[in-house]
Amino acid sequence: MASQSEFYHHTRIPSTYSRWWRHFYENKLAVIALVVFLSIVLIAIFADFLAPFDPAKSFTDAIHTPPSWYDNGDTQFLLGTDYIGRDMFSRLVFGARLSLSLATAVVLLSASIGITLGVISSLASRWLDMLIMRIMDFVLALPSLLLAVVIVAIIGPGLPNAIYAVAIVLVPHFVLVTRTAIKHEKNKEYVIAMQLDGSTRTRLFFHAILPNILPPVIVQFSLAFSTAILEIAALGFLGLGAQAPNPEWGTILSESHNNIMFAPWTVTLPGLAIFFTLLSINLVGDGLRDAMDIEKK
Amino acid sequence: MLILILRQLLNFAVSFFVLTVFTFSLAHLFPQGLSFMIDQKTNNDIFSTEQIELVTQTSHVLDSYFQYISQIMTGHFGQSEVRGGSVFEEFFVYFPATLELSFGAILFALGLGLPLGIFAAKNKNRWPDKLIVSTTLVGYSIPIFWWAMLLVLFFSLLLGITPVASRIGFEFDISPVTGFMLIDTLISNQPYAKEAFFSALHHLILPAIVLGTIPLAVITRSTRSSMISVLSEDYIRSAKARGITSTQVIWMHALRNALIPIITTLGLQISVLITGSLLTESIFSWPGAGKWLLEAVYRRDFPVIHGGILAIASFVILTHLLLDILSMMVDPKQRRH
Repeated sequence: MASQSEFYHHTRIPSTYSRWWRHFYENKLAVIALVVFLSIVLIAIFADFLAPFDPAKSFTDAIHTPPSWYDNGDTQFLLGTDYIGRDMFSRLVFGARLSLSLATAVVLLSASIGITLGVISSLASRWLDMLIMRIMDFVLALPSLLLAVVIVAIIGPGLPNAIYAVAIVLVPHFVLVTRTAIKHEKNKEYVIAMQLDGSTRTRLFFHAILPNILPPVIVQFSLAFSTAILEIAALGFLGLGAQAPNPEWGTILSESHNNIMFAPWTVTLPGLAIFFTLLSINLVGDGLRDAMDIEKK
Repeated sequence: MLILILRQLLNFAVSFFVLTVFTFSLAHLFPQGLSFMIDQKTNNDIFSTEQIELVTQTSHVLDSYFQYISQIMTGHFGQSEVRGGSVFEEFFVYFPATLELSFGAILFALGLGLPLGIFAAKNKNRWPDKLIVSTTLVGYSIPIFWWAMLLVLFFSLLLGITPVASRIGFEFDISPVTGFMLIDTLISNQPYAKEAFFSALHHLILPAIVLGTIPLAVITRSTRSSMISVLSEDYIRSAKARGITSTQVIWMHALRNALIPIITTLGLQISVLITGSLLTESIFSWPGAGKWLLEAVYRRDFPVIHGGILAIASFVILTHLLLDILSMMVDPKQRRH
């Protein structure tokens, strides 16, 4: 038995996931990006331990202290303080938690709606399909941030409403990706073979089609995640998302916008945080797309 | 071809119908917006809640929808609650500024993106290509409101070579004719028309670069990929075999066919430009449609919000229609389905 397993060792067929991982691992840039992204996630999770101060606590005797590497900086405040003396490092760390959790909520909400609609639209009658697709085409044609701003304007500014607004904006992409993938798989021979074997529709869907539409949907998740972070930050910047005392990155940027001349670090640092998060997610997304070998459509 | 255009027009009509249903239901579900319907009749400045309830309760939904449609068709988008002016007229005051900014941005994106994409495609998989591709990813990931602040910090505040905000120097008094500042300054008969033109151009540079950054990244990428696929075609090889210089092959033979997918990409950038103009205009105090709409949101000026999104969305849908027809005219292959 042992000799046999050794004999077949070289021809062991790797599972789909390990094959994806191997391809992904070849792309060093994507791996670095993944490490960066995971460390941002860890920072967000352990924000309570990492942040030296309460993000809302203001030190009135240390207003606009530059980051610690400047001559007049203070080592107590690693990245300096803002216009009412709040520690920038603590605010950014808690901002990571806020941004990532908000984006996760947005993506989960829009993915569950979008994938459900996509499945319905690809399997249901032609009329229902056309109705759903017309509405989705319409939402897609509208500029995303404009739509989010208008939705927020009508249901009122604030965090929960910003989540709904951005989630609505992201729904059509999930619908389109799911629908295209299912339509593509539905008429392939292995599905027809399974149909001929007499499997039920539910089994056919969950066991044959669903595993094969996973790659494009996963890539769509990464795209949606980076869009969600960007749009939430943009809404925060415009004063329509997270409101002022919240340490959301976009909100921090809009608060410090006017002090750009005296305290440039209060502008550059939150922007860098958004930028690196987005860059790492986009690189990971690119890596995933290459690894799972999806043609860009 | 005529049938195809008619089909496109039908598509447009359906989209426009969905759009009006959407804006109408916004107005109907959130009755603050309905006030303009009363306003048309009574011309009062202040509307009581009783009046609003009267309209929402007494008339049937379909009745008010048809009323809404007929008012839109005649250009009555309602009146601003803050300024009292017609939303339709206000839109045409502010929108040219957004268009001017968007044209600047697209010009920047195409002017830099096309050569960069072609250069990357020529050096496929070598270091210039890799550098350009990774730079486009950076451009794609940069939050443009932050990018705008960085550019202002560096070019305006530290170096002092570009203005911080607005469309033109405050010393110039240019009466709006077309709404496009560059044209207005040229056709105005003021003695300082030429200086005013350069001042307007000077004010346009930084916002246009900010707004054009994402389109630049997208156009560079799509030029590169479409150029790469065109360069591997047989007719390019035969052109090279005939001894035509590589510059000529690229600019005369390859680029023409590579441009077709780029037109499609360009069409998709309209939404990006409108989205970006919301942010760019609010940072640079650019008096365009984005800033106009945002201010309406801050003041809860509902007729402007409803009318503004209707006007901007109609513009986007209309441009998509025109670009679809254009690309069908350029590329016979797209006429088939």
